[in-house]
Amino acid sequence: MKKVAVCGVGLTKFNSDETTIESLMLSAVKSLFDNTSNLTQGQVDVVITSTNDNIKYLASIVSEMSGISPRVSHSVESLCNSGTNGAVSAFSYIASGLADVAIIVGAERFENPGLVLDWDQSRGQYKHPIYWSSMFTRAHIRKYGTTLEDLAIVSAKNHKNALANPYRYFDREYSVEDIMKSKNLTQDIRLLDCSFPCNGSAAILLVSEEMARKFADCPVWITGIGQKTISAGFTKNEDLTSMKSTQLAAADAYKMSKRESKDIDVAEIHDAFSICEIIELEDMGFAKKGDGSHYVKSLYTTEDRRINPRGGLLGSGHPLGATGIAQIAEIAQQLQGSGGKRQVKGAKVGLVHNMSAAATSSTVLVLES
Amino acid sequence: MNKFESALKNNDFICSECPRCNKLVWPPSDFCNTCLNQVSWRSVSRFGTLIEFSKKDKTLFCIAEFENAIRIMGTLETRSKIPLIGQRVQMVKCEFNGNAKFTFQLE
Repeated sequence: MKKVAVCGVGLTKFNSDETTIESLMLSAVKSLFDNTSNLTQGQVDVVITSTNDNIKYLASIVSEMSGISPRVSHSVESLCNSGTNGAVSAFSYIASGLADVAIIVGAERFENPGLVLDWDQSRGQYKHPIYWSSMFTRAHIRKYGTTLEDLAIVSAKNHKNALANPYRYFDREYSVEDIMKSKNLTQDIRLLDCSFPCNGSAAILLVSEEMARKFADCPVWITGIGQKTISAGFTKNEDLTSMKSTQLAAADAYKMSKRESKDIDVAEIHDAFSICEIIELEDMGFAKKGDGSHYVKSLYTTEDRRINPRGGLLGSGHPLGATGIAQIAEIAQQLQGSGGKRQVKGAKVGLVHNMSAAATSSTVLVLES
Repeated sequence: MNKFESALKNNDFICSECPRCNKLVWPPSDFCNTCLNQVSWRSVSRFGTLIEFSKKDKTLFCIAEFENAIRIMGTLETRSKIPLIGQRVQMVKCEFNGNAKFTFQLE
């Protein structure tokens, strides 16, 4: 299997303006070309688009608009982890030798479908994500004594981190008190414990080892990949205090990369709701079961940016198809030492965690400089 | 509308079952998700177990498990009792109007 590196990133400001999906994607592709020296359209073998938009033939549309005539172009949809699924597809084309240079561009419009999985009848009339997150939250409170303030600290930390992210959706800091006082959506979820759907796009350039140094002085290697789908229906999650797909995907990614959680210097993880970050930290080995909230509190009080330095989904916004790509872009920048005000000092090994539909599926990537 | 949805519309809670594997196939499907054999259909016990619950405004919602195989979300009517995890619940109503809708009551 050939080695594959992230050699460029293209990002756009997340917003809620009226626009089209192809326009959003084109903006990220333009940003990628602007940021990547020596990259020309003729070198691109693969264009993959990731989105929940219903538009057809999008990868070919974006290719034409970008002046690219790729050998392979197609879309990938997997709800909230569409982006990392697109990246893994492109990785496979390159690792197998079918391609050398791939652009993966993810985007979403704030009103796109994908928030609710209509197929899942086991959710009854409670299909909106606030209901599954309430179940996870209540179960964690019941088993481990997690508090609503613990949840607010997750959101406050990530909103604070996002202030150093120029592409963030939110433009202000929220205190723990602000979050505690935000509207109660349910007994266990407040408005500011939720990530917000918004417009956004992000692109990355993946390149084979043979060509990587043409485009980047410091390529960032994808050394571990884990993906797991346990079901599509939410109620197949047997233990509501854990995310089984995340545990299994992380174990595979650690095994492939020969790394452990203690080796990870910086991570972007899928905080769709405050409770998600706490459970994911526990399930990926950053904290013991039941200790996730204590770990988050220590990060918040010491202003340690190890987890979600760009602000995660809570602080940056959650344009579904773009999220996984923006997470990879952030970790690549961190490992190249170009994280600006967000930089985690000396970061060499990073992790991306991106999941879908109440953690029924998860993707975990390990990246190294 | 499929067989499961049509039944819900009549307040019948049915599920697919594999005669070869002798197990309920959930979510409802035409084929067993273990052996891919054709399923049969039968009524499911309306008595289940409370797995987890929360509240939106004054309405409780929960996950309940039926026949140790089917977990679904629905509205929980407490009849002024305090709900406890593991408590027995009864599915008092199921409906379908484009979407499934379930109502449970504490025993």
